[in-house]
Amino acid sequence: MKDNMKEPSIRRRIICDKVFKIIIILLTFCSILPMLFILFFITSKGIFVINWRFLTQLPKPVGEIGGGISNAIIGTLMLIGIGTAFSVPVGILAGIFLSENRKGKLASLTRLCVETLQGVPSIVIGIIAYIWLVVSMRSFSALSGGVALGLMMLPVIITATEQTLKLIPGSLKEASLALGVSYPRTILKVILPAGVSGIVTGILLSIARVSGETAPLLFTAFGSPFMNLNILKPINSLPLMIFNYATSPYPEWHTLAWGASFVLIILVLGLNFFIKVVTKRWKVQF
Amino acid sequence: MESTVLKIEKFSAFFGENQVLKEVSLSIPQNRITAIMGPSGCGKTTLIRCINRMHELIPDARVSGKIFLDQEDIYATDPIIVRRQIGMVFQKPNPFPMMSIYDNVIAGYNLNGIRLSKVEKDKIVEESLRRAALWEEVKESLHRRGTFLSGGQQQRLCISRALAMGPAVLLLDEPTSALDPKATSHIEELIMQLKDTVSIILVTHNMAQAARVSDFAAFVYLGELVEFGPSGRMFTAPKDKRTEEYLTGKFG
Repeated sequence: MKDNMKEPSIRRRIICDKVFKIIIILLTFCSILPMLFILFFITSKGIFVINWRFLTQLPKPVGEIGGGISNAIIGTLMLIGIGTAFSVPVGILAGIFLSENRKGKLASLTRLCVETLQGVPSIVIGIIAYIWLVVSMRSFSALSGGVALGLMMLPVIITATEQTLKLIPGSLKEASLALGVSYPRTILKVILPAGVSGIVTGILLSIARVSGETAPLLFTAFGSPFMNLNILKPINSLPLMIFNYATSPYPEWHTLAWGASFVLIILVLGLNFFIKVVTKRWKVQF
Repeated sequence: MESTVLKIEKFSAFFGENQVLKEVSLSIPQNRITAIMGPSGCGKTTLIRCINRMHELIPDARVSGKIFLDQEDIYATDPIIVRRQIGMVFQKPNPFPMMSIYDNVIAGYNLNGIRLSKVEKDKIVEESLRRAALWEEVKESLHRRGTFLSGGQQQRLCISRALAMGPAVLLLDEPTSALDPKATSHIEELIMQLKDTVSIILVTHNMAQAARVSDFAAFVYLGELVEFGPSGRMFTAPKDKRTEEYLTGKFG
């Protein structure tokens, strides 16, 4: 064994192995560096703004010191709520349809549409929601913003549901059908529960993805300096507020924008952490 | 004369253009174990899947001929009703992974939305697990996931899940092909005990197994029923030359 180690070809192999390991570790580090940098930057600028008043108060007019982002936090939650309420049922049903009908014209057409929707720029989604809802209802509204976000969540949820359900072994469906369980009940009570972790992960992922979207909200939710709980009225959201404050000429608003960015990033990080927990704990072992 | 539980008359099955079963006629005797043997791809699995209409899951499958369960035409009955009377156990154990052992056994009722009291459920679960010779091994862990069990235990769990529905006929599709010899002999013993209460159709390509457990045997070759009769006679003095060749290992 020792003699073997001295042989030049083997020594070369071992050195090669080490060099590649070091290169891989370096490259991995480089790829997470931007993310660490963003986190550090936003935290260092934003964390000092965060206090109870910042989270619970409304924004103040220009010139007055202080003020909070409570309306934007509530608004973001409401927009996500509306988007989820509309995209989750539609997305899961479409995902079931696609996983149950792997061939067929309607299925391949649906798949094409989902892929296209995934690629539509967010600003275009905003325009669509504007034309559908804002123009017809003659008012910017939380509803139209929520629908715009829902449209963006839809392809993520559909794809996650389809891919998850496709991986569920057919033997499970057979087991249920062979017990005399009807097809709809089999889907609802056997297939969906077996895929719950993947589907919930998809939903959370889509929420994490749209919670930072600004473009589709610019001319739908529009933004508002007041607290609003009416879904038919304009509403503020964190990314909208960051956009408005960061592009303003007032230094105190810039500070608020950093604080809001920090809150938004914590929200997204928290969601991603939650996704990890869900995939681990609800995973069904076949 | 044996009484018949299931009567198959001139039954053919097609997948698209491909004819898989050719005018099979067969009477399955009540409270007996009937083995269906044949080489791979001969149509034996298709035959039992047609008995509980599971072949309908394949989009271009169609059949002709009739199958009667106690005078009732299976193909004139809702498949859901048929499948509650004709239970099935598959090649690979397939307990529901998200359910406990208890819930797996009672799944046929829960999934069908049949409401039972706790006492009734407990009774069915214990009875079914006892009939599948699994009760003693799992009675302490009824509320653990079924997937923690060994392969042989999982297969017995699947058998008790099928028994819980109180079927008249139990279809076993190569139930031991994924199991080791010890678990296999366990299942074989179990099958022989079960025939007092349920008629069993066992698909197998293990001839030794068919000889060990079955009362009657059918030999299917290229979609055709070549021979059917009491196992004792079939394994010692087969009538058809093809049966003899199969049993002596000339093909298959």
